[in-house]
Amino acid sequence: MNTFLPDTAVLLQRSLRHILRSPDTIITTAVTPIAMLLLFVYVFGSAIHAGSGRYVDYLLPGILLITVASGIAYTAFRLHTDVSGGIFERFRSMPIARSAVLWGHVLTSLVANLISLALVVLVAVGMGFRSHAGVLAWLAVLGILVLFTLALTWLAIIPGLTAKSVDGVSGFSYPLLFLPFISSAFVPTAGMPGPVRWFAEHQPVTPIVDTLRNLYADRPVGNTGWIALGWCAGLLLLAYALAVSTYRRRFA
Amino acid sequence: MTTTAAIEIAGLTKSYGDHAVLRGVDLNVAPGTIVALLGSNGAGKTTVVKILSTLLEPDGGSAAVNGHDVAVAPARVRESISLTGQFTAVDEILTGRENLVLVARLRHVQDPRGIAEDLLTQFGLGDAAGRRVATYSGGMRRRLDVAMSLIGHPPVLFLDEPTTGLDPQSRMEVWDTVRRLAGQGTTVLLTTQYLDEAEQLADRIAILHEGRIIAEGTIAELRQLFPPPTVEYVEKQPALEDIFLAIVGHAGTETQRTGS
Repeated sequence: MNTFLPDTAVLLQRSLRHILRSPDTIITTAVTPIAMLLLFVYVFGSAIHAGSGRYVDYLLPGILLITVASGIAYTAFRLHTDVSGGIFERFRSMPIARSAVLWGHVLTSLVANLISLALVVLVAVGMGFRSHAGVLAWLAVLGILVLFTLALTWLAIIPGLTAKSVDGVSGFSYPLLFLPFISSAFVPTAGMPGPVRWFAEHQPVTPIVDTLRNLYADRPVGNTGWIALGWCAGLLLLAYALAVSTYRRRFA
Repeated sequence: MTTTAAIEIAGLTKSYGDHAVLRGVDLNVAPGTIVALLGSNGAGKTTVVKILSTLLEPDGGSAAVNGHDVAVAPARVRESISLTGQFTAVDEILTGRENLVLVARLRHVQDPRGIAEDLLTQFGLGDAAGRRVATYSGGMRRRLDVAMSLIGHPPVLFLDEPTTGLDPQSRMEVWDTVRRLAGQGTTVLLTTQYLDEAEQLADRIAILHEGRIIAEGTIAELRQLFPPPTVEYVEKQPALEDIFLAIVGHAGTETQRTGS
């Protein structure tokens, strides 16, 4: 008798209720990316040459990744709260599918991040973002964002399980917030000096951002799409394996 | 005895690094009895409870709960037990009722809402049922915590220092609950550092010291082993409690319940 699905559903409902009772976590998640969107479009935008289109169209994909990177800090925080209180032990001493305890948090993270992403996209639309992409392209955008969110979420599970304090929990996401700056998210990589350009073009943010941009601009995605997909899937597998082994090691 | 024991521990060892916490613990607990595991801080009481509730793997020896070996059939053990840990394991953001329904649904019992209502009444939490647990007093939290552990009627209950940090009234409420459960046939293994708690509740007392059970028996049996001064100390605490309760009176109980 495998109770994984019903148990995960119950635990998902529990954490979603947490979010519902503190919607500020979703709003805070969206505030930083929205502020960046405003800052870069209305302040720096006029000085940035990023192709012929509107800068907000160019900028949005990178902002979406930053939204996810700041959203998963709350995932780690929620898990940390369960682990440092007694409720995590209670769940683990009960006859429930043990992996459901983590999956409840992972799916909650996915839902919360998708809501934050929707908020950011709405603001971008208000700032003039337009897309001519069809349903399939938007489904592809959604698919990549879901994969990316799951990859970062499993990564966030690790500090959620191991951190000794709340500060330690949130600290891990800062480098993730910084990565988009050294990529094609804000400006094209072509103008960067050698080593920086090399790094920018070989880290995951650039292909993911380029792919998202091409998808909703209705341009062919080409090889970059596969590279983006590879990064997302690879990161997801790696983060999942690390998180599960951390869980086993710490709570054997 | 060996086939009917609710809890059977033999030669249990556990170390954290170089530090040997358990050095060969042997203990049998008969079904339907309350056994207190008595020991000072760091004696390894919590380690024993964690091993028995499958949260921790022992280094050596064996432990079985309700006939299921913790190493071989941890899932069967989890079906047989409930753990009330040292720190109250309640969801602060949910209401008392939601906490109970949550556990009832995870235990896959019929009618989670009905069970939640019954327990809320039974534990005097009916008025606070719709309030977030974050607003509860320490005693209310502990009562909710214990109530959550009773869902699904597990035959064996582990209570790890259930009254640490509670005021005398809340403490006695927990004691009443434990007595009632044992009356219904639940086996209770209770850890405590309070001598009077062990004396008040337990059918048998096991003293854990430096990783071993150094004495085990009924209170009468143990009394014969110990020099009189220790006994006198045991006798004193309830007396102070009587004085406290007499001074505070019934009004104190009411204040506590409504939460301040």
